[in-house]
Amino acid sequence: MTSPATTSPRPDFLRPAVLVPWLIGMGVLAYAFIAGGYLITVLGFAAIYAIFVVGLNFFMGYTGQVSFGQNAFAAIGGYTSAVLTTAKGWPVFAAMPVGIAAAALLALAIGYPTLRLRGHYLAMATLALGLIVQEIAVQWDSVTMGYTGISAIPGLGAFGWELPNDRAQLAALLAALALCLWISSRLKHSRLGHALAAIAGSEDAARALGIDVARYKLLAFVIAAVYAAFAGSLFVHIVGFVSPEVFGLHMVVLGFTMLYVGGIGTVFGPLVGAFIISLLPETFRSFKEYQDLAYGAALIALLIYAPKGLASLSRFLPGRKGEGA
Amino acid sequence: MQNATPLLAVEGLSARYGNVEALHATSLTVARGELVAVLGPNGAGKSTLLRAIMGLTPGNGSVRFNGELLPRGDARAVAAQGVILVPEGRGIFGPMTVRENLDLGAYLLGRQRGEIAARLERVFTLFPRLQHRQAQLAGSLSGGEQQMLAIGRALMAGPKMLLLDEPSLGLAPRLAAEILETLGGLNRDGLGILLVEQRAPLALKLAKRAYLLSVGRVVAEVTPDQIASPHDLARYYFAAA
Repeated sequence: MTSPATTSPRPDFLRPAVLVPWLIGMGVLAYAFIAGGYLITVLGFAAIYAIFVVGLNFFMGYTGQVSFGQNAFAAIGGYTSAVLTTAKGWPVFAAMPVGIAAAALLALAIGYPTLRLRGHYLAMATLALGLIVQEIAVQWDSVTMGYTGISAIPGLGAFGWELPNDRAQLAALLAALALCLWISSRLKHSRLGHALAAIAGSEDAARALGIDVARYKLLAFVIAAVYAAFAGSLFVHIVGFVSPEVFGLHMVVLGFTMLYVGGIGTVFGPLVGAFIISLLPETFRSFKEYQDLAYGAALIALLIYAPKGLASLSRFLPGRKGEGA
Repeated sequence: MQNATPLLAVEGLSARYGNVEALHATSLTVARGELVAVLGPNGAGKSTLLRAIMGLTPGNGSVRFNGELLPRGDARAVAAQGVILVPEGRGIFGPMTVRENLDLGAYLLGRQRGEIAARLERVFTLFPRLQHRQAQLAGSLSGGEQQMLAIGRALMAGPKMLLLDEPSLGLAPRLAAEILETLGGLNRDGLGILLVEQRAPLALKLAKRAYLLSVGRVVAEVTPDQIASPHDLARYYFAAA
């Protein structure tokens, strides 16, 4: 697991601090595959959210910008998939890329003017974007069916064949997530990733080094939108239903929580955050009416004891070499 | 220098932050291979001057480099011409390693690995300490090492002219002298340097010429022998205010 404090750009998978969480994660996954049932559903949503947050991390972690409107791109991915596969009868694998392309185009069109704004102006503009897209999903009745939503959306599959059960779906989601993480990790340590980190550090310093700040910010925004749209599209095909509430502001809040709890700016932070935050409420289910209280307390404890996110904790455990910040 | 065209010619350059003009119609020149200092108290507009030359701060006036007009409002294009800024507070990227910072300095070179390696070699010869700390996070370096990194990163860009914003800031006197010494060496090798400094005595050891800046304008152009004591400087600053 690479954290911002890691001195080497290469992950060292054999350190116990990295190995132990991986083994626990694998154990939970193995248990879910054997036991099946509700845990599979929870992990499936966690994987979808992880993809969404990997994208968010691109824009907020690597590039140091703020967006409250990523739910808009998830909604576009999700609704495009839903409408094309139900009303138009398109196959899933054809509808999904269209939704992603639409989100990328919108991100280009919206990002071009708004990314010139800095700090809270950009945050406000993106917040508005999320609200507007959700409002369109509510009002554009003839296409989105408003609050009634679109149901009977076909599941993931191709050529008339669908993934047969929830175990196969989870495996597909995990494979998609692995691909998304791999791309994110490769890009972070590429020329593009270093340019984004420079922009996060200081836009002026980056500019003075010859980095095209406006172009790279736009690129990061589009990449984040592509991830969000992919997650949105996966969501509707897994659940089989979509309505405007699905892509509401709570999606942004949840995404932020996962990003900060997992570790913003790290490659694996989104993965850790998405799975921990998805599983936390379930672990506290036996607390009954105190469930929310326990969840809240756990969140506060996480932010106090791991302010840089759980992915950064590995540096406090034995087996670490080199000097940190 | 047979060629009379100055390396850098700033004319009537002004800069504003919002509605406040922080630099008023300033003109100065740096000849080829010359090291020129800009001295002035806090808030005189020294950093603003460098930012305005880079095009990081909006304003009027013109900047010519080798006789060619530099574009305004496009620091990237200015950097591409070979005018490289070592910003105030060093502007290094703390969460990245020393090596990654240096690589970013050579950003405009793209993937010319051979040339990047050659420049890296030169930077490490100049600052051997950076070589030992290559894999360390830039944010964990000492102040002096961070300044070395900032200068090293600028050199990775293959500058034809360096703009330095208070390289001695926050450094112990001996370290500050050492860094300025290195800059003097670069200048003797032919690199044009515009050096903004608050520690006038240090800068005047290197510079043949200095501009005194006060409240956003150049109040005098002096040679080191005209500034024998701090009182001389104060006289210039306060005469203008």
